Amino acid sequence: MKIHEYQAKALLSEFGIPVPKGAVASTPAEAKSIAAELTGKVAIKAQVYAGGRGKAGGIKVSNTPEEAEKLAGQILGTRLVTRQTAPEGVPVSKVLVEKAVSVQRELYLSIIVDNASRMPAMMASEAGGMDIEEVARVSPEKILKVYIDPASGFQAFQGRKLAYGMNLSPTQVRPATRLMTNLYQLFQAKDCSLAEINPLVVTADGEILALDAKLNFDDNALFRHSDIEQLHDVEQEDPLEVKANELGVKNYIKMDGNIGCMVNGAGLAMAVMDLITKAGGRPANFLDIGTVNNTDRVVAAFKVFTTDPSVKAVLVNIFGGIARVDVIAQGIVEAHQQMDIRLPLVVRLAGTNVDEGKRILAQSKIRFIEATNFYDAARKAVAAAKGERN
Amino acid sequence: MSILIDKKTRLLVQGITGGEGSFHTQRCIEYGTRVVAGVTPGKGGSETLGVPVFNTVETAVKKTGANASLIFVPAAFAADAILEAADAGIPLVVCITEGIPILDMVMVHNYLKDKSTRLIGPNCPGLISPGKCKAGLMAGEIHLPGNVGVVSRSGTLTYETVAQLTGLGIGQSTCVGIGGDPLPGSTFVDILELFQKDKDTRSVVLIGEIGGTAEQEAAKFIKEKMTKPVVAFVAGATAPPGRRMGHAGAIISGSSGRASEKIAALAAAGATIAPSPAEIGTTVKKVLETNS
Repeated sequence: MKIHEYQAKALLSEFGIPVPKGAVASTPAEAKSIAAELTGKVAIKAQVYAGGRGKAGGIKVSNTPEEAEKLAGQILGTRLVTRQTAPEGVPVSKVLVEKAVSVQRELYLSIIVDNASRMPAMMASEAGGMDIEEVARVSPEKILKVYIDPASGFQAFQGRKLAYGMNLSPTQVRPATRLMTNLYQLFQAKDCSLAEINPLVVTADGEILALDAKLNFDDNALFRHSDIEQLHDVEQEDPLEVKANELGVKNYIKMDGNIGCMVNGAGLAMAVMDLITKAGGRPANFLDIGTVNNTDRVVAAFKVFTTDPSVKAVLVNIFGGIARVDVIAQGIVEAHQQMDIRLPLVVRLAGTNVDEGKRILAQSKIRFIEATNFYDAARKAVAAAKGERN
Repeated sequence: MSILIDKKTRLLVQGITGGEGSFHTQRCIEYGTRVVAGVTPGKGGSETLGVPVFNTVETAVKKTGANASLIFVPAAFAADAILEAADAGIPLVVCITEGIPILDMVMVHNYLKDKSTRLIGPNCPGLISPGKCKAGLMAGEIHLPGNVGVVSRSGTLTYETVAQLTGLGIGQSTCVGIGGDPLPGSTFVDILELFQKDKDTRSVVLIGEIGGTAEQEAAKFIKEKMTKPVVAFVAGATAPPGRRMGHAGAIISGSSGRASEKIAALAAAGATIAPSPAEIGTTVKKVLETNS
């Protein structure tokens, strides 16, 4: 799960990490009064779940409260399109108004869980303010890395290693090490999947602070962080994905094609998308329907398909293992009884209780195209979406 | 032969009295697996599905000689269940549970470092040695005893693959679901190593997916150590970057996570790539014919 920069900075602050003075505004008038309180030059930053804001015009600098009001007005209420967003962009409902900082050096600091070592890893670099993947590609020697033993935690010597490695002055090493220790504490206490400060700046006064902040959280751990969960801003997500989630259909991802897909299992669902593409079509979504114990989720998935105007055909591909094919078949029938569904339906069933599932579908009055195997299903769905008769 | 589980496996089920735990334990027993014990704290002394239930894994092992554990404990308590099984000295622990926080798994791996326990999963369908033992969720009847080893990050895509193999009369030695999490207990390399040593496994099917670098590490192992033919498929060629495709580990971040990079690495290592998920079985058939 993602959160906004202003929320991430509040968390950093709570864990003793210095950030620029500032506050969040929802209206130009609020931006004006925050700017007046901060005095002098301020930065106005669009709050969206996407990077690349600067180049997209989402970050402005103003010298007076009046100018801050005007610039905030230009950003608020618009949709920001960056290299990381969909072409339609994301809505900007809040701006962060911050006291401008005179920057001497831009550094990079982050923590992730490293898959190979199975430990959290802290990365630091002198090449801050840039895309770190780009730094890794062009000059990997500029990225320093330490692995954090989960039992003993982050150690001061690791902080010194990174701080001296980034050529910080002896007086800056201690505050930098403290900052790193605090960042690891935050990472662990809040079950982050990513904690990134880019750039971490050294100001003209020699102070070290987090000029930007990105915190992502482990979805699997949200059950123990209700404070974090409530920060989620659904406005930033795809509306169909939000609706699916509200209806209890998890693991739904909107794609750009026209074949609605219902599959059990993430790997199989990806394989179905691959096959549809191979057969000359495009999936409208990724959906792992998961373990279905009753028909509710199946009915809800059809609700999502019918809400999506791009869907021209539906493909159901189920290989029952944990998921019972008969329950899914019953769900398909109930969905067609409850809603007026005119979409062509291609069904391929196999696995646990498959005979019962096929019997339920055959005895219902709903029209569907039966597929005998995996590829046959994809091929028939592609034809149906094109309006061809099978 | 087979790997990890066979007729000698004495299975313990942690979370045996829960809905999923009891449903699948029943099916494992029907398949012929020797389920010797169950563990549910607070229900020790009772019996379910004809299996004695204990409060702790330690007691269950002492009383029944269990040598493998299958875990159906909810995500919030699953890490603790894995540690309990390892502490009791169980050599093979299979964790089915999906949704365990990654920092819990970091702690588990740290604990397992100096233990002899092998962990399969979490977020996996378990494993089966057809005709001998099933410790997982897969439908037993789609399998056929034979000589192809299967290792996969995906559950249902494995069922699909096995059904294709069985349909062509090609049996399996052992099918291992290593799970869809970013920090699996056993990796492709761990399982490939076992298949390479296993006399009855003559070829291997590897099913990967986007995210991480496990397939690239497998490719390195295949190139340097494997003499047996490997057929590979990688799901997610059409998945968009930056999105988590159902599995916690299935997310493209950086170019190494892409299907194309993984396929290229596996192909360069000498694995035969199945052109589509519908052609995994036929690709294996061709490879077996060429190598016989």
